[in-house]
Amino acid sequence: MSATAITGLSLGGGAKTSAPISWKVPIALTALTLLVGVGFSVGVGPGEVSHVTIETGNSWSGRPTFDLPTRASVIVLALVAALAAGYSWWRASRRLKIGRWVPAVAGAALVVAFLLWAVGGREQSLQATSLLSGALFLSVPLIFGALSGCICEHVGVINVSIEGQLLAGACLAAVVGSITGNPWIGLICAPIAGALVGCLLALFAVRYWVDHIIVGVVLNVLVTGLTSYLFSTVLERHAVFATRVQLPRWEIPLLRDIPVLGPVLFRQNVLTYIMFVVVVVLQIFLFKSRWGLRLRACGEHPKAADTVGIKVNRTRVLNTILGGAVAGLGGAYFTVAAGLAFGKEMSAGRGYIALAAMILGGWKPKGAILAALLFGFADNLQNALGVVGVEIPSQFMLMAPYLVTIFAVAGVVGRMRPPAAEGQAYKG
Amino acid sequence: MRLELCGVTKRFGAFVANDAVSVTVEPGEIHALLGENGAGKSTLMNVLFGLYRADGGEIRLDGKPVQFAGPGEAMAAGIGMVHQHFMLIPVFTVAENVVMGHEPVKAAGLIDLAAARRRVKEISDRFGFDVDPDALVDDLPVGAQQRVEIIKALSRKAEILILDEPTAVLTPQETDELMAIMRQLKQSGTSIVFITHKLREVQEVADKITVIRHGKVVGQALPTASQAELAELMVGHAVGLKVDKSPAQAADLALEVEGVSLVDQSGLTLLDNISFQVAKGEILAVAGVQGNGQTELTQILIGLRPTTAGRISLGGRDLTGASVHQILDAGVGFVPEDRSKDGMVASFNIGENLVLDQVDHDPFSQRGALKIGAIADNARTQIGAFDVRAPGPEATIGTLSGGNQQKVVLARELSRELRLLIASQPTRGVDVGSIEFIHERIVAERDKGTPVVIVSTELDEVVALADRIAVMYRGRFVGVVPADTPRGVLGLMMAGVPYAEAVAQPAAGETTPGGSASQPAAGGDGATT
Repeated sequence: MSATAITGLSLGGGAKTSAPISWKVPIALTALTLLVGVGFSVGVGPGEVSHVTIETGNSWSGRPTFDLPTRASVIVLALVAALAAGYSWWRASRRLKIGRWVPAVAGAALVVAFLLWAVGGREQSLQATSLLSGALFLSVPLIFGALSGCICEHVGVINVSIEGQLLAGACLAAVVGSITGNPWIGLICAPIAGALVGCLLALFAVRYWVDHIIVGVVLNVLVTGLTSYLFSTVLERHAVFATRVQLPRWEIPLLRDIPVLGPVLFRQNVLTYIMFVVVVVLQIFLFKSRWGLRLRACGEHPKAADTVGIKVNRTRVLNTILGGAVAGLGGAYFTVAAGLAFGKEMSAGRGYIALAAMILGGWKPKGAILAALLFGFADNLQNALGVVGVEIPSQFMLMAPYLVTIFAVAGVVGRMRPPAAEGQAYKG
Repeated sequence: MRLELCGVTKRFGAFVANDAVSVTVEPGEIHALLGENGAGKSTLMNVLFGLYRADGGEIRLDGKPVQFAGPGEAMAAGIGMVHQHFMLIPVFTVAENVVMGHEPVKAAGLIDLAAARRRVKEISDRFGFDVDPDALVDDLPVGAQQRVEIIKALSRKAEILILDEPTAVLTPQETDELMAIMRQLKQSGTSIVFITHKLREVQEVADKITVIRHGKVVGQALPTASQAELAELMVGHAVGLKVDKSPAQAADLALEVEGVSLVDQSGLTLLDNISFQVAKGEILAVAGVQGNGQTELTQILIGLRPTTAGRISLGGRDLTGASVHQILDAGVGFVPEDRSKDGMVASFNIGENLVLDQVDHDPFSQRGALKIGAIADNARTQIGAFDVRAPGPEATIGTLSGGNQQKVVLARELSRELRLLIASQPTRGVDVGSIEFIHERIVAERDKGTPVVIVSTELDEVVALADRIAVMYRGRFVGVVPADTPRGVLGLMMAGVPYAEAVAQPAAGETTPGGSASQPAAGGDGATT
């Protein structure tokens, strides 16, 4: 009898009842595969060819252009997606977890299929490299914004004012850069402006316990109003405030010669390199350092943090300001990095999209970056296709990633866990 | 280290939570603070731990007056606290939780994980805790989480350890283990302040007992004092610790539950193939440590959650998948476990709370309009019948004591003609005087022929009320056993051991005798008021 001590635990019940299988992922993948596979291969003439140009990064191999038979390529890619979909059916039927890479592979194959279909039968060639490097550059403000969101939410403060912080950073960077004629000084001022907005957020959210989302929205309206007023009364009328300055583009020796990756990653604006550094540092320090541990403790269980002597509200205030600074730095993208003077409402809702990227990325810097890159890619797609001469309403291109976000956040990708105490005031 | 609290006073507005409380804890002593829920024990300890600031009095360590602006300073002075609700971060590992706040760091502020693991290992090995430093706290059972809390306190060199209601979440066996740990800590020179309202535990482990009532120290006692004496000291008047009840007159089957299972969205099995019957005129008590599926079981019985599989019927009528409304109309009364969240609307008055589930028909409403007079009449009747101590029917229920709130909830549920009563934690956070009353009412309802299902994590309550006991563990019924099953056996079953094996284990019969079992009368001179 003694051997049954463990097995005895199952005496009370018979067969184990299992959860109903979730078919969401397989169904979604199959539907998309059919849509793309059938839709894009039927309407294509048999002789159509898609031209794709890639910069290899090497001076000797230059910029080869590949001529791909459109229909055959689309069918092959659709088959790849179909394989992924099939695999997901098989995994689901056995109640096994479907890795995130499955929808990612299927999605990538279908996006490439779409691109080949779109440029099929055209004289112009699709500039694959500039499509990617442009996407990276466009996602810079989104990534800074999303990282800001990560810092703030992990410490327990919901930062909806990323939009305002981007805008403030853009404005101050442009104005200071213009006055001094030095983009670097402008760059330094961007995080200061963002931090000031972060201060206001911290003041109201942490000190006065105002609902974080309400403060965030109000701050966005405030910064938009303030900068728009400055723009139309002062900036627009005096050239001294509206001179364009631009941060240089650096080509990193050796690294820029890596085939394909080199031209995409290492022939970028200075701000992009700063972003690489911030991303790596944050991913490591948020999860491995004393600062990160204490910060996350405040966002998960502030009372527990308090009982081990961590000053919760002080930690929250400081890191909310830090988060604001990171978003402000991202604001420099719009002006001193892009080489533009400040314009009214030039952040154009990117702050909210950054927030969406952070959520889609599961509140982790790594995930947030991938999501932001996806959004940046969709943003750049219309530019790239426009060059080739494809007439697809750009609004559709822009809508696509947000549809993905809504589905992903609604649970297709799986459960995501925000910090437990985010948005809750700690009254100690 | 010798700890003295001298005349500590703490007020919240006009309410005096601690009124000039003086307690002295000698080095290497287990000092029990005994008192009812809301007597002010936890407040006192929070003052000591620097979470609250005292309005008067003094704290002395080894004779020197100290003042703590926050828990950090209290810990630095050698005071550690294991809170009733653990102060652990579920998504952190054990090591991260233990070092949090005084992390060993390498260059650039990166945490030295190897050193953190060593700290956990060292203390864990010294006391034989067997805790994996890399496990996520969320994945640990409650007993292990508590040990993490103790490691956390000891790793900060705590010489005085405050344990706030540490046994509330433990099985009887885990409680025994905790007692052993407490003795071990005492041997190594740590003083322990043990906060509890459970008399048996106090008798078993304490060296000295201070009893607190309504924020005041009302007496000191030695562990040799009898339970009756301690209870009287704690409550202020003599209490019957035993419910008077005649044997059940069980009649026809009423509630039949067959193979009920519940699987949540993430695929976790919360209830696993549960089957049982309750006859008219009997009380089935569901025992088990908190979080083993009891909440989900009651939610399914009342229709708050749909079952994944299985059938529920009451008096032959199928109630599987019925809505809450239909189930209430079928004559089911429900006392939820979390009174303040699910049992009442805190800002409504007593009269309104008494008719919450009956306002959509006669006699309390007509064509959508409330009949204020009828509601007020009902309130006066029920307040009288259930001895609710309140200024009147217009009093907001949120201002009443826990016991009186629970009486209102119970009055509401019992004011209808019931075919089934489900009461979850009917006396949680209720003063001892009201417990007696509530138990009597539940037994009276049984004697009227109503089948009753009680869910309780307090073994005393289960043993006091049950005609039959069902023990739950990890979403399953380990077994349904007679009410006179020895506590030791029940305790083993609460840890998942089936009845046959639990009975076979020699230790089972020897665990501390139950509150309702005969208690050898200890010397009455133990208590000194």
